[in-house]
Amino acid sequence: MSTLAAQLDQLRGAAPATRHNARTIAALTANPGCARRALLDAAAVDKTVIAQSLGFPPQFGQSQFAITRGNAFESMVKANGCAELLALLRDKLGLTIPEVAYHDLNSVGENTGNAVRYQRTRQLLKSTIAAGDGTLFDHPMLRLDIAGATAYLEPDVVAVQLDGKFHVVEIKAFPVIDGQADPAQVAAAARQSAVYVIALRELMTEIGESPELVSHNTILVCAKDFTNRPTAALVDLRKQLAVVSRQLTRLTAIPELLELLPPEATFALGEDLEKTIAAIPARYAPECMSSCELAFACRDEARTCGSVDALGRGVCDEVGGIENLHTVLGLADGTLQPGPEHADITAMLRTAHRLRLEIAG
Amino acid sequence: MSVLSALAKAEAVRAGRAQPTAAVRHLHLGERPLVAVPLRLAGEAAAPLAIMIGTARGDQNVLIVPQPRDRVLRLRFIEQLADIVLPYLASFLAESEELTSKAGETYTRCLDAPQIWTPNEGGVNFLKLLGRSVRFHRTDGDNPVPVSIPLLGRWLTWFGDRAEHPGSAVLPAMTSALSAHWATGQSALEDGNLAALLGWIDPPPGRTGAEAAAIAEDPLQSPPAGPATDPGFDNEELAPLIAAYSAAVDENARAVAAERLERSRRGQLEPTWQLMWRALDLLRALPPGASVENRWTDDRGAFSYFAAEVAEGTPQARRDPAVRAVRRLLERERALEALQAQCAFDDPLRMLEHRVTGAAFRGTVVHSEPDRVDRSGARPKLRPHIHIRTTDPFLAVVGEELTCVERPKQSGVVVEIDGDRMVLELSGGMGRKLVAEPGSVPTDGEALGFARFSPSPFNGLLNLPAREDTPWTHGGPPPEWVPPTDDEGEELQ
Repeated sequence: MSTLAAQLDQLRGAAPATRHNARTIAALTANPGCARRALLDAAAVDKTVIAQSLGFPPQFGQSQFAITRGNAFESMVKANGCAELLALLRDKLGLTIPEVAYHDLNSVGENTGNAVRYQRTRQLLKSTIAAGDGTLFDHPMLRLDIAGATAYLEPDVVAVQLDGKFHVVEIKAFPVIDGQADPAQVAAAARQSAVYVIALRELMTEIGESPELVSHNTILVCAKDFTNRPTAALVDLRKQLAVVSRQLTRLTAIPELLELLPPEATFALGEDLEKTIAAIPARYAPECMSSCELAFACRDEARTCGSVDALGRGVCDEVGGIENLHTVLGLADGTLQPGPEHADITAMLRTAHRLRLEIAG
Repeated sequence: MSVLSALAKAEAVRAGRAQPTAAVRHLHLGERPLVAVPLRLAGEAAAPLAIMIGTARGDQNVLIVPQPRDRVLRLRFIEQLADIVLPYLASFLAESEELTSKAGETYTRCLDAPQIWTPNEGGVNFLKLLGRSVRFHRTDGDNPVPVSIPLLGRWLTWFGDRAEHPGSAVLPAMTSALSAHWATGQSALEDGNLAALLGWIDPPPGRTGAEAAAIAEDPLQSPPAGPATDPGFDNEELAPLIAAYSAAVDENARAVAAERLERSRRGQLEPTWQLMWRALDLLRALPPGASVENRWTDDRGAFSYFAAEVAEGTPQARRDPAVRAVRRLLERERALEALQAQCAFDDPLRMLEHRVTGAAFRGTVVHSEPDRVDRSGARPKLRPHIHIRTTDPFLAVVGEELTCVERPKQSGVVVEIDGDRMVLELSGGMGRKLVAEPGSVPTDGEALGFARFSPSPFNGLLNLPAREDTPWTHGGPPPEWVPPTDDEGEELQ
């Protein structure tokens, strides 16, 4: 493990390790087949810097209006020792928490370091399980191991129900209108919460308790209709938990990916960067544009090679899995001969091509 | 997505411009469409920022909300919007016709119906949300709003609901309409960008589609079509201007700040406005499909029906009760099937998809027996036979019934198959006598198409219970709507 960490350190070069957070970890599940992304994330490299030096700066950026609204909503819900949140948990979800202790883990004394906060969180959780009280933990610090690197994660709140189950609480500012919310945003929040649940379960195992103490339901707090009032819902995370934990275990297959690179390779900025990146196969699809900073660089590469995936994953399925546009066009107009595995799709392509020409006259 | 559209995309990449996937226009294009380009504030549920709206290229009306978080200013914006949209809708109610239904009742139907175009699906959803946010507002009580605001809310909700009905053309999204008629060399996700899509369909001279799309993706050269604004614009231009407006000390300063805001937002909206009209020209250049008028007549009927109802004053429910939901779903399923069949029958390029998958074929008649009469039953019936030869990958099954594309009222039953020839027994569409009407039976050498599906929608009765009889499995009879009391009233924050 330590040689892996050393190798990854060397890959990263002189740059400091970028910090993982739950969103980036959840994004790892978005494109599991992409070796390029897996290696870059394992080495904790800042993909934005790499994309910029390759000439394709990402076009993310969040509007400050969205950020302000998100922060304002969250601080409103957590104000006064999470008073609003407690009221919500009692009314909406019927959690019987008659008296609740409140622990703010934002700073331990004057120390705001992650490691210290993590130790304190561990300590408090252990004593809470022993005592069996209802408790709210504000800004707890959790830890997860990603391919040898430690990532510190900070969920919004962790609450405890009286029968001893821990729930992760996620506060998001998007609206729930007439009981319905935008599915994409709920899915993103669910994936993020799944990472926190996994981290919390790991902590439970470390202090010698059962990971089942952490509920697989998360409490999602959103804005109600068009107002600023919060509303809560329980979201079942079992599917996301399975996906994310599977991806995290696959990350230990990093050593095989490392073999793709020469031993002195590094992701440090310089003339060799382009070659190094190009040596690792990527798996670009249009969905990358919303989750990975390298998307525009990979898209340019995919288009130059004539990749069918660049037109959408569904398109590649429709042409029987053929990955190159020139092959598709060649098979369709008869200039290329198919192997036996492509006989069916070639017949369809040729019919389609012939009929199109017939209609075009 | 099918093999044909995948191939069309591949060819678009090779050719450097979009390939047509439709020979006719499958969407009605109104004489007087209302084009609306909305912008909303990031992070909020439905906080409008600005809108450019009008019925002609040079008729841009720009409405803005200087401080989008201010409820009063937002309501004023919606009132101004209502002052533009409601008269537009009312102008269609002036001309109508009287019709008699099969049951003998007379009803009126407008001769034309409104059509609102937005750049993309986001625009459609935004108008729907905007409608939802105001349709429950009270016109009396503590914080009364002008009557036009909840009325606009109900109309926008009606447009949004009708837009979900397959085949309807009252609230189309431009990107969807264009993508339905052309295949570009980029993914469907990138097709959601109106400027990039038009760059592929109609690239400026000297540039390929890919180059035009690249220019379109740069937010500085082509502001996004909305309703989401570019975050760079938000952070660098919009936020300081809004802050200046909020910090203005007196009327004058506020007016100056508002004017700056309007100019800035107009700058974001104007390019998309021009793109919308360019796209409308492109669509108008396509001839309409034969069934487009029928679907528009359905839209006209729905519009007339709702216009008569909306005056009653009850806003649409937040959630559909069980019976209405089931009815809606069934109607939409039927409409979707009918739409797909009608588009295929109208358009040889669309029919190609079905020919490639073997659901339809096109062939030449090699022999025809137009006078054959079937005397086996109680009464003699005219049942001509035709021998038809085809090279399409169609696997006929003896006994199956196919519908003729050129004469949709005529069907053919497969009697015999012999290699690439088959014998079809025709019925229907030939008149009532034992001698066929001239021209209704195919002759030797005629090219003809047959399909396994039919364009006439199935109009059987739906056997659903009345609202009061909703069974307990679906929640029992829904409660009557009670207007909310003042303290439960919706609040725009």
